[in-house]
Amino acid sequence: MSKEHDRGMTIIVKTVTRLTVGLIFLYGIYIILHGHLTPGGGFAGGVIVALSFINVDLAFGGKVSDRIFSKGSTSVIEALGGVMFLALALLGLQWGGFFDNFLHPDGEPGMLISAGIIPLENIAISLKVGAGLFAIFLTLITLQKFESEKK
Amino acid sequence: MITASTIPLFVALPLAGAFLTVLLKRIKGIPDTFGVMVTIGTFVMSVFAVIQLEIGQRIICNIGNWGGFQEVLGKIVGIQLVVDGLTAFMLVVVNLIAFLVAVYSVNYMTRYTEKWQFYSLFLLMLAGMNGVLITGDMFNLFVFVEIASIASYALVAFGTGKRELEASFKYAVMGSIASLLILLGVILLYSNTGTLNMADMTRILAGRDHPALLYFVFALFLAGFGLKAALVPFHAWLPDAHPSAPAPISAMLSGVLIKALGVYVIARVFYNLFGFPHEVSLILMTLGAISMGVGALVALRQWDLKRLLAYSSISQVGFIMLGLGIGTPLAILGALFHLFNHSMFKSLLFLDSGAIEYAAHTRDLKEMGGLAKKMPITNGSTIIGAMSLAGIPPFAGFWSKLIIIVAAVQASHMKLAAWAVLMSIVTIAYVLKAVRFAFLGELKKQFANITEVPAFMRVSLIILALVCLFGGLLLIPDLRNGFLGQAVEVLTRVSGV
Repeated sequence: MSKEHDRGMTIIVKTVTRLTVGLIFLYGIYIILHGHLTPGGGFAGGVIVALSFINVDLAFGGKVSDRIFSKGSTSVIEALGGVMFLALALLGLQWGGFFDNFLHPDGEPGMLISAGIIPLENIAISLKVGAGLFAIFLTLITLQKFESEKK
Repeated sequence: MITASTIPLFVALPLAGAFLTVLLKRIKGIPDTFGVMVTIGTFVMSVFAVIQLEIGQRIICNIGNWGGFQEVLGKIVGIQLVVDGLTAFMLVVVNLIAFLVAVYSVNYMTRYTEKWQFYSLFLLMLAGMNGVLITGDMFNLFVFVEIASIASYALVAFGTGKRELEASFKYAVMGSIASLLILLGVILLYSNTGTLNMADMTRILAGRDHPALLYFVFALFLAGFGLKAALVPFHAWLPDAHPSAPAPISAMLSGVLIKALGVYVIARVFYNLFGFPHEVSLILMTLGAISMGVGALVALRQWDLKRLLAYSSISQVGFIMLGLGIGTPLAILGALFHLFNHSMFKSLLFLDSGAIEYAAHTRDLKEMGGLAKKMPITNGSTIIGAMSLAGIPPFAGFWSKLIIIVAAVQASHMKLAAWAVLMSIVTIAYVLKAVRFAFLGELKKQFANITEVPAFMRVSLIILALVCLFGGLLLIPDLRNGFLGQAVEVLTRVSGV
């Protein structure tokens, strides 16, 4: 058995997680990218993406998930999302005002590449929400570890 | 110059500063640089706004460029940001204090770890406050109130000690309840008027007599924003939260946060939106008078310097609310001027308490003594701030209290005027207690080696002390018309007082 089985939950949970986690992640990406066409968007998609990481963390333990997405990188990604959102809003000042949809005339309504800056804003929001939620989760389990060690 | 397209920068600059601080935290000096540069930027912009605005003028920015839709639908779509006289006045107060606090923190926050987190949260809180001031949309107002509040919950807990966490938890619970009440009020107003834009709402509400629903909204807003402003009986969180935060944040919380989120919004909503109904006037006067008394009398018994100052904030917010409650143009002038002065002297005093803590490592007045010889600048600025707080002429605080009391007499509220005079005397008592025990008397042995605080902290203290000393000059007619007059005009014009 590989070393990854030393920590985390049983092999059943791990196998199921290995099968499903990619799907959950992709579903999150789908919700984000289709945010301007279907229900959902950056926030909902970001939450789903964060859930896929949380799933890995729960099933395989902190060490594995830390290799994929460490706590330090969550704050960087989160800030990047914020900066991107703000930069898009400020770019609008060049054309017609704060949050002006300056890419709007391009693209056909109903198609994936349409709606101007809205899909880009969705991506920015998903980065912020996804990384933020995962960071909250990591903080909470750190606290729990700390308390169980004290006991 | 401030134009429609530069208004969003009041929020965008601090937000960008907050995010970039996190991204570039590894580079030495970045948090300090961003903190100071952003706040000086917003401060300069707010001064430009005051200079540029004529009386009665408003600058409006339509977010998202929904102009075309507005013409078709015949009503305002999307969020509007508005800068008028009152907003410009408040922006100057908030951003001046934020700038001085950022400068002060360069030295002070070396006592804590993770300085970048501090500056990031600090700039987020500033973005929230500026947002509250410039927004012209009810729901947007709620969002910005939440941004500023949540950043302040985290900042109160910044020391992560037992007391800090407890205070922050209490503050967060009570603040969240207040936010819920505010949100419920906004929802009810929206369902009643069908719009979230404040100007639209004013127009629609003016055409109706007041149904019972509106009284319910009054109650929700008074409790919600009253809690943010720490009016008695909604004040219980403040004496824990303000002393627990690091000193620069105590200065921000007591100096501007309770005013931007509490007093300003109460003035804006009840004067401009609801046309200042008589019942609200009575409630504000009553709550103001009670706050004045409770805050001042409890402050007398405190031995923790920061706790004493926190109770004093409750009392002084009572003065401001009394002025707003009386509601004559003179009283509003007094209230807004006292708001300005209280921001200055209370921030100064909290920064002074931080300076004492920085040098002497104590906040307990019983342990201090004789610090005047060792810390001349802290001593001088504390005395100036304290005299301004106590209302001793010619310091700025005297003039604003005088105006409020004269306005109370003119509006034939003799008992309230007498109560305000009495509470001013109590204020002198607790202020003298603080100065006497901290700075005068014998120097204690353990303080033989302490020195004055570093340069950046001194700069902030000196500038604030000068504002407290010469703030009374703002009442000279030319200056008054350009600064305070504009703000008073906004409140009196729409409410028709």
